[in-house]
Amino acid sequence: MSRIKAVFENLKANNKSALIPYITAGDPHPDITVPLMHKMVEAGANIIELGVPFSDPMADGPVIQQACERALQHDVTLADVLDMVAEFRKQDQQTPVILMGYCNPIEVMGYENFAKKAKAVSLDGVLTVDLPPEESAHANKLFAEAELDTIFLLSPTSSTKRIQTICDNASGFVYYVSLKGVTGAANLDIKAVSDKIAEIRKCTTLPIGVGFGIKDAQTAKLVGDVADAVVVGSAIIKKIVEHKDDAKKIEAEIYTLLNEMRLTLDA
Amino acid sequence: MKDKNAVDYAAFPDMTGHFGQFGGRFIAETLMQPIDELTEAYETLKNDPVFQQQFDYDLAHYVGRPSPLYLAERLSEKYGCKIYLKREDLNHTGAHKINNTIGQALLAKHMGKKRIIAETGAGQHGVASATIAARLGLECIVYMGEEDIHRQAPNVYRMRLLGAEVVPVTSGSKTLKDALNEAMRDWVTNVDDTFYIIGTVAGPHPYPMMVRDFQSVIGREAREQILERESRLPNALVACVGGGSNAIGLFHPFLDDEDVAIYGVEAGGDGIETGKHAAPLSAGKPGVLHGNRTYLMESSDGQITETHSISAGLDYPGVGPEHAWLKDIGRANYVGITDEEALAGFHELTRIEGIIPALESSHAIAYATKLATQMDKDDIILVNLSGRGDKDINTIAAIEGIEI
Repeated sequence: MSRIKAVFENLKANNKSALIPYITAGDPHPDITVPLMHKMVEAGANIIELGVPFSDPMADGPVIQQACERALQHDVTLADVLDMVAEFRKQDQQTPVILMGYCNPIEVMGYENFAKKAKAVSLDGVLTVDLPPEESAHANKLFAEAELDTIFLLSPTSSTKRIQTICDNASGFVYYVSLKGVTGAANLDIKAVSDKIAEIRKCTTLPIGVGFGIKDAQTAKLVGDVADAVVVGSAIIKKIVEHKDDAKKIEAEIYTLLNEMRLTLDA
Repeated sequence: MKDKNAVDYAAFPDMTGHFGQFGGRFIAETLMQPIDELTEAYETLKNDPVFQQQFDYDLAHYVGRPSPLYLAERLSEKYGCKIYLKREDLNHTGAHKINNTIGQALLAKHMGKKRIIAETGAGQHGVASATIAARLGLECIVYMGEEDIHRQAPNVYRMRLLGAEVVPVTSGSKTLKDALNEAMRDWVTNVDDTFYIIGTVAGPHPYPMMVRDFQSVIGREAREQILERESRLPNALVACVGGGSNAIGLFHPFLDDEDVAIYGVEAGGDGIETGKHAAPLSAGKPGVLHGNRTYLMESSDGQITETHSISAGLDYPGVGPEHAWLKDIGRANYVGITDEEALAGFHELTRIEGIIPALESSHAIAYATKLATQMDKDDIILVNLSGRGDKDINTIAAIEGIEI
């Protein structure tokens, strides 16, 4: 059984939702990433979503764009990110790690080569924002062979037919982007989210994660009540920006934010 | 050239938007629905006689088409073959860009969208979008790299006069590619009422096909005009290639004419060998950017690298996927012209023909004069003069140390 599947089954048995934090690898400095991943697990994270920096993150808002720019100042490459996963695995063999990013760095590394390396470092899944099912038959086959789950996004504008196509191609979980727009956008309409999740559940038995617009324990709780996983990105990166030059402070602040979410989710 | 009988050019892109391995739809799920909606609307309207009639009417009476095909006699005499210029610079707003913006804006209107957005590099596409928005009474937002705003101040002012809001883009390299990113972000946020007018043959399917279709009027006219004037087809076509919309517009109606050689001219910047250029077809590798697979300027790790060109309109790290395909199957040749050569071309045409070309088009002029020296006296080169150079005079003056 994949690590991701095991996590969700375990949480479900205990009637809990997964907490999935996102950070961009190498932001603000490559040295902080692996310790921060461990800290997030300590705070109650169930799966780590690690962003692969890209020069042109088209689907992201300014918060994650700038995180990519900070990481790229240190020339953090896809190969470096895989090394970080290997480093993380030395101490933590349980927590699933998924890479989230754009197609081109993988395209340049080669899909086969990437799948091989990902397997070697025990990566669990990939979410490639700009690689929809229509373009990813070849890649998905290689990823499946490397025991990587392929996570896809669903959006408020996805039609029922589209939801079915995505779910048929997905493994691990599906990720519902709860707002129109880019990452880091504003308000969350919990009723709309809940309706859409009901629609998605008709198409799949996979767990459903929800991201976009979750900024504090309260919004996390609202989403956790209707979804199987809560994804938090921009709210974490804002902490990194606030304390850019102080690694200890970053770890402490993110710990506090996630731990509060964890406790509220489980309450 | 090899026998190309096997290729049915009209069959590309295929149903999924691919030109061989290039093109496609590499987009986030958030964009899928608006792209599907656009595809459906375009498929319905492109064969609708009323829509076509409206488009043709506007091209004739608003743009001033057909644009002349002009025999540049003194240029021809100097370089030793017949050089014809397709005068897209004489279009309303001064470049080929208006052909496409009219097509897309009419589509927007049919789809009931009240707000149009556009990205721009040199500002020509921004001006063309602002122009058609003013005429159709649509709200218009233009995203433009901060760097380009400085380089193309007159066009920024023109857009504002036309009622458009020009939004400076400060992310990444602050040029055309970043403006495109920003426009995409606007689109996914405001999908309900917004139509995104992409200015070139890039982006996800159906944009490369749709923009090509709207720009193909250039090649259809040119083909007819040259047959009328010379009773034969040209030996070679030459056009500059940034994203490649003016080039594909000229080339496409000639693809089946296998005796017509095709040259796309990329921005060689300081020279291809220096790495400071914007010539992905000459020196890049295939990759994925802005929704399609094509040749890109990128690092060994797949980051998109910054480009350099004297001309803002060619300063783009990707290129339309159909050009990538035409290169790989050998139907078209792609070459580079440096900043310096383009400047020489600019001055030459200005001085001996009394036509001030855009810096983008100056690349095509410069290559045509090179190519002409290898041709016979009666050979014909047809160059797409894609835009006029008034917008560039500040840049030229600055390079030459002149204050105006």
